[in-house]
Amino acid sequence: MKRFAKLFTTIDQSTKTNTKVAALAEYFEHAPDHDRVWTIALFSGRRPKRAVTTTKLREWAAEQAGIPLWLFEESYSIVGDLAETIALVLPVTMTHDDQPLSAWITALREIYTQPEDARKEFVLKAWATLGGTERFIFNKLITGGFRVGVSQKLMTRALARATDKPEAELAHRLMGNWHPDTITWHQLVEAQDASVDASRPYPFYLAYGLESSPEDLGDLAQWRAEWKWDRIRGQLILRDGQYFVWSRGEELMTSRFPELARTVDFIPDGTVLDGELLVWPHGQPTPASFNALQARIGRKTVPKKLLADAPVVLHAYDLLEWQGEDIRSRPFSERRSLLEELSAVVPADAPLRISPQLEFHSWGELAELRTSAREAQAEGLMLKRVDSPYLAGRKKGDWWKWKLDPLTIDAVMIYAQSGSGRRANLFTDFTFAVWDGNDLIPFTKAYSGLTDVEFRKITAWVRKNTLERFGPVRKVTPHHVFEIAFEGIQRSTRHKSGVALRFPRMLRWRQDKPIQEANSLADLEDMLRIYG
Amino acid sequence: MTNAPVLSFTENGIYCASGDFYIDPWHPVDRALITHGHSDHARWGMQRYLATHIALPVMRHRLGDITADGIAYGEERQIGDAKVSFHPAGHVPGSAQVRVEVNGEVWVASGDYKVVDDGLSDPFTPVKCHSFITESTFGLPVFNWADQNIIASEINAWWAACAANGKTAFLGAYALGKAQRLLTMLDPSIGPILTHTAIENTNRILRDQGIGLPDTILANADLDPKSYPGAIVLAPPAALGSAWSKGFGSQETAFASGWMAIRGVRRRRVGDRGFVLSDHADWGGLMSAIRETEAENIYVTHGYTDVFSRYLNDRGWTAQVVPTQFEGESLDKDGTE
Repeated sequence: MKRFAKLFTTIDQSTKTNTKVAALAEYFEHAPDHDRVWTIALFSGRRPKRAVTTTKLREWAAEQAGIPLWLFEESYSIVGDLAETIALVLPVTMTHDDQPLSAWITALREIYTQPEDARKEFVLKAWATLGGTERFIFNKLITGGFRVGVSQKLMTRALARATDKPEAELAHRLMGNWHPDTITWHQLVEAQDASVDASRPYPFYLAYGLESSPEDLGDLAQWRAEWKWDRIRGQLILRDGQYFVWSRGEELMTSRFPELARTVDFIPDGTVLDGELLVWPHGQPTPASFNALQARIGRKTVPKKLLADAPVVLHAYDLLEWQGEDIRSRPFSERRSLLEELSAVVPADAPLRISPQLEFHSWGELAELRTSAREAQAEGLMLKRVDSPYLAGRKKGDWWKWKLDPLTIDAVMIYAQSGSGRRANLFTDFTFAVWDGNDLIPFTKAYSGLTDVEFRKITAWVRKNTLERFGPVRKVTPHHVFEIAFEGIQRSTRHKSGVALRFPRMLRWRQDKPIQEANSLADLEDMLRIYG
Repeated sequence: MTNAPVLSFTENGIYCASGDFYIDPWHPVDRALITHGHSDHARWGMQRYLATHIALPVMRHRLGDITADGIAYGEERQIGDAKVSFHPAGHVPGSAQVRVEVNGEVWVASGDYKVVDDGLSDPFTPVKCHSFITESTFGLPVFNWADQNIIASEINAWWAACAANGKTAFLGAYALGKAQRLLTMLDPSIGPILTHTAIENTNRILRDQGIGLPDTILANADLDPKSYPGAIVLAPPAALGSAWSKGFGSQETAFASGWMAIRGVRRRRVGDRGFVLSDHADWGGLMSAIRETEAENIYVTHGYTDVFSRYLNDRGWTAQVVPTQFEGESLDKDGTE
């Protein structure tokens, strides 16, 4: 595991993309085949079947460290990573191991079927022979989730350098449903005519936010506009008489959306659509709120009633494959025409519609449309250049998202809690309140939006202004006002304030405002009436 | 015999009624006993200061014209009805635990401490007492420091690699304690050792006291940064990434702190490297220190106080959290040590 540990350490210690790519490329050139495939798998979120439950891992680690389980759990909540917490609490040792990465994975697979005693013996022995980074990696092999700052983009760049293949091709090869147990390095990366897995999706094309005014985009006629939905981006694939639904996070979600099975009846085989999954009951003018969709994505299988109450519709906005051919390089206008042609035969009650293109004759008119996005249950506009190809990953230039400004409210900080992981020694999780007469009523929590400098400053303040402690939570003197930004507001019976916000975050620390000038519950109620 | 506790926790800090003095108070008082020179412990505005002879010069430098008296480690002094003495805390040069005895009852306020010998400060000496006031900056079982020699070889290997790649190695460290400890860990055969003015000021004071430190070159505005290839520069964290540091051209930055044990914190600091080195006790150090005092009552001042005191109570001590304004080991650029 030493070679992999060295790669991991280099990537983890560096903030420089070039260093990371060089280390990965070097690894991909020289590591054994099976290790290479596993490395790609691990860095793209795949992992071996879990041989030991995390409950057992926690118990065994606490036992080996000679500490009570509650103390282990407290430590875990501060470190924020189970594999790391285990590696840190166990007695310090040096690594005595020269097996390759894939040998450890094979060993983990072999213990899968063994009784618990044997599994425990294996894990304890591994902990005793692996020190530092190797021990952490071993734990990660069991628990999963290598977050090392290796994006798909960075990995494909390194692979391209190591194999002399184009990045776009490699990005596509790495998508979808492969697993290192059933694929070789040759099949995954090198084979000329790889028998393409029917479910394999295309890399999603992602847009950046528009930074300047739309006038700077040039000729109006070169641009098309659509609503920017904020539900779930998905790819619908129809191949070999089957259908597959992928999320943008590369999760296969087919079984969660059984209503899309009907699409097989009227869309020809060899079609891939990119679009937004929305809960949109038939006949309604706008899609249902995000909560309705939340209820759906929370379940792997959907009960009949939920299926009827919250039917999902794919709003397609692009066509990536047509008649079995990859048409991503054709201009957007052409793909869009084909998409419209295809949708012409789709019945009105089918779970597939095309995302409408908005009509506008000036940038001013478009800006006007944008202000009405919230009423359409959208979060703004998408601007697409008519001649744009469908690219892979986040690229500037041809596509832009032009989102609405968030809703905001000024609130008083009343509780603070320290963060975990990256923010283990800072107070970063705050509860905010608004006025209800002379009382401060908590209505939301927020964790993000401040700079590190601001978090350090507020942390020092919290330490000196704690009124009361409830475990890790500190009640602080009401003194600081923050402008809270959020994307939506809804009635909620679970919250004391009666409202729930979407994506709340701290927009600004209003050090200029005394707490008396914070907003009130009545202001929130007004927002609820307008936007709820 | 009075019923007042030997030490109590007041708005101004830790107070001894029998001797009418405070230990590391955070507001101006008449008489202050100071454990060490870091700014959250040695504050400005006291009528009279008492600290170890070794701690005083830095305190005078930092606090200006103060009325202060020095005391040797182990020397006993009567203040009112209290008998006080100072004992090595191993935190930084001159740092002390303050032992207070009233009518045979002994309390020890330990300030900040570490139990391993850093080769620079007088090593921590356990003092038997009935009640022990402890910090818990790193009071979680995930904090277990590696031997100083291992960290030294990591730092020197990094420095040598920087030098080989034509880069200046910038190592962030606080001016009192950590910087000097790092100096003694560096291998001067790798290249020249440069120091920022804030660190060199403290170096000068300690050298004048006869504390041995390796030779350093002051990197002030007169220095030509390009004339010291392969150098390592010790600078306060706030100076990393400043215009001054940019003058040195191609460089890597590193930071040495106990917090670097946590990967998330290490990555948040955006520097190139993080080395796990602290002047505070790790989990094992805190536990061994507490055991060796043989104290029954433990007062936990700063750090992971809730978790740490709960664990102590679980294990049979009588422990409680007392609120203080001590900050422990901070990662703030503008913070204290």
